[in-house]
Amino acid sequence: MATQTTNIPDELKNDPRVPEDLNNNIFITTLDKIYNWGRKRSMWPLLFGLACCAIEMICTAASRHDLSRFGWELMRASPRQADLMIVSGTVTKKMIPQIVRLYNQMPEPRYVVAMGSCATSGGPFKEGYNVVSGIDKFIPVDVYIPGCPPRPEALLHSFVKLQEKIEKQSIRTVRWYTTGKTDNGMLVPYLGPDLVDLRRADEIKQKTAL
Amino acid sequence: MSEVTATPAKPAAKPAAPAAHGAAKPVAAAKMTPEMSAIAAKFGGAVEAAQYEGLLVTDHSKFIEIATYVRDVLKYNQLTNNTATDYIKDGVIEVVNQFTRVPQGGAPLTLKLRVPRPSGNDKTQPVPSLCPLYPGAEFQERETYDMYGVVFEGHPDLRRILMWEGFNGWPLRKDWKEAYYEGDTKPFESRWPGGDHKLAEERVPWEDNVNYPPGFDPFAFKPHPDGDIYDSMLAPSDGTVSIDNGHGVAPTLIEGLNASEMAELKTDEIIVNMGPQHPSTHGVLRMVVKLDGEKVTDLKLALGYLHRNHEKIGERNTWLHNIPYTDRLDYITGIYNEWGYVLGVERMMGLKTTDRVEYLRVITGELTRLASHFWAIGFLLNDLGAFFTPALYFITERDLIIDLLEAVTGSRMMCNYMRFGGVSRDFTSAQWAMARELAFERLPRTIDELDHFLTENEILKARSIGTGYMSADRCIAHSLTGPCLRAAGIGYDVRRADPYGYYDRFDFNIPVLYNGDVYDRYLVRVQEMRESLKIIQQALNQAETQSKVGDIQGGKKAYNHRVPAGQCYARVETPKGELGYYLVSDGNQNPYKYHIRSCSYINLNSMKEMAVGQKVADSVVILGSLDIVLGEVDR
Ligand code: SF4
Repeated sequence: MATQTTNIPDELKNDPRVPEDLNNNIFITTLDKIYNWGRKRSMWPLLFGLACCAIEMICTAASRHDLSRFGWELMRASPRQADLMIVSGTVTKKMIPQIVRLYNQMPEPRYVVAMGSCATSGGPFKEGYNVVSGIDKFIPVDVYIPGCPPRPEALLHSFVKLQEKIEKQSIRTVRWYTTGKTDNGMLVPYLGPDLVDLRRADEIKQKTAL
Repeated sequence: MSEVTATPAKPAAKPAAPAAHGAAKPVAAAKMTPEMSAIAAKFGGAVEAAQYEGLLVTDHSKFIEIATYVRDVLKYNQLTNNTATDYIKDGVIEVVNQFTRVPQGGAPLTLKLRVPRPSGNDKTQPVPSLCPLYPGAEFQERETYDMYGVVFEGHPDLRRILMWEGFNGWPLRKDWKEAYYEGDTKPFESRWPGGDHKLAEERVPWEDNVNYPPGFDPFAFKPHPDGDIYDSMLAPSDGTVSIDNGHGVAPTLIEGLNASEMAELKTDEIIVNMGPQHPSTHGVLRMVVKLDGEKVTDLKLALGYLHRNHEKIGERNTWLHNIPYTDRLDYITGIYNEWGYVLGVERMMGLKTTDRVEYLRVITGELTRLASHFWAIGFLLNDLGAFFTPALYFITERDLIIDLLEAVTGSRMMCNYMRFGGVSRDFTSAQWAMARELAFERLPRTIDELDHFLTENEILKARSIGTGYMSADRCIAHSLTGPCLRAAGIGYDVRRADPYGYYDRFDFNIPVLYNGDVYDRYLVRVQEMRESLKIIQQALNQAETQSKVGDIQGGKKAYNHRVPAGQCYARVETPKGELGYYLVSDGNQNPYKYHIRSCSYINLNSMKEMAVGQKVADSVVILGSLDIVLGEVDR
């Protein structure tokens, strides 16, 4: 356990309420720590592959690299049951409305890993007319992994990094437990003559005005 | 795209000044083959020898007649490739159709049609569609329409396929420019010494990869309804299946009920959407199925969710640039995709390779075939319900192959191994030993094990025998290639039908089975793995005595290639089927036209016919047996 295990307070040691054989088995921790400890080791990623990087994601989940060691083995095909979205591949304009929708459907707390250079920035296909230059143009990203494709070890590393991030969160300050601060998700773009990001609709209207 | 308000910053003059692209130069007319002469003799005035290769049909009204003659008399029974080339300087768009005799093979026959280039974003004049003669033309013509705006008259369902309905412009036309447009050809000014590099986002007015036509109002615009695809399927049917594919056309009767009582019991038809995010669609494929109870009565595929504009980027790239991009087509078998491409360029340039190169290509290529079949079988079982356990075993084996490829090429999947006339690295002696160990010890055992556990497995047999049946004739008509075609009794394999590399030096068989169902497709794959092993073993043995270590580049090594003007269709037999590259060069350092005949994409054409009449759970299995990779489907 990632919490402190040694400093059992003396007054507890001889407390009559604690059975004798449990004396050395009591852990004292903070709520934040135990909460984050549980959370970070039971992330359920969304079963969702986009392109070549997804193959490496599958390899990461397979025997040799064995994602389960980190408690992340349960890939869920439904966004309602997932905590984490691994954007594993090229994000195209045709696909981005669906990705944003999936993201919105995931319950909070939700995390996003941008796997590979495509998801990070558009990668080798950046100049393409149907390619979005990075998923972070539409949804917030927690960890970026470089590589084309990133090796399974790199994906594992991103999990460790994400765990570190989760460890730093406090139940008192995180938004999803704060009243009045609901997250309504991101605006879903639509496919017009090109991809239309509705957050920029006013600007688009101005610039295209005849 | 002339109507776009905001075009990106005007590119400065090119660093090197190659001759203008697409210039109307005097071009040698195609050499006449006996078949071409036969057509010319029969249809005198309607055809003439085309530029570079094939026949140009000048009288479009005769085209269907000529195509019928090609199919029925000359026996070119498969439409291999359909695409178009935009000759902007000549003011024409040329539609290219290539036909192959299956299973005999040989060089393809090319028929071309020319239509004047329309101005702006208009569509072209209609050209006759080949769909009534070759059902395999359906998806390919839709793609040509999507990319060039060529209208095919008589096409049953001419919609955009890779892009979405309502997209502004026809992307592969030479005068259509993407938002991040920098120059017609690479290397770009900004990446040239002395040029200052700017982020793509800084160069464009929208600070993003988008472009809107003038007067576009995002609030008033009504997106093309996605529901279209549903509406088109909504017309109620009587529960019977209109396609006769042998799966029982009449609605099943329950014992003791007559037909009218059955009609009362009739279940409602519902339309179910699967994908693009679905665990069984092998990537971002979307299919919409209409169900009567559990039975599929109609099925439509929606593609393009991974359309990465490979061909547009490919035409901007230099010839060498494109090799790593081909890795990302069918990302399970990167090396084999490269092979097809370098083969085409080598043929156009007349480059020679060395013995060592050819052996290394066969060894690495066949290793990826093994890896791909492991993957395909693992995930076919996934689709059959054996969730992930068989796949885990096969991924382990695949990892061993990938280890070797990584040691040799430096990358697990995106090997970037082939070069024009050569390969990038030779095996070291340790890697050679690794390959021997794999080919002689480990993999034969694994394949035996696979065979032992799966082939006679009762569930596998119950689910897959008779599922997804398609007859040999229909397979050919649908332009199906690869293991699926060979499972239907047609021994068509490009390694034998249009030979390349050193395959003539090895003793191996082309496995052919006759039932045309999912089970036979599985069996063909297993047998092909054994044949691949045989090839690798022979290649390893022969290479030791018949090639020089380190002799990995035929001709001079070069970074910048000028390919002589011409055109080429090069094809290889990847694990998925026939992968072809249709290349046109105008003598410059970039391809003028770069088209990929993608077997995964074209194989999907027959999906509907295989699945209609089957249970919905089987449609997933059928998809698994086709073994598609979305990177190659959508490119
Ligand atoms: S980063 Fe590379 S491997 Fe990953 S999806 Fe993009 S092209 Fe494929």
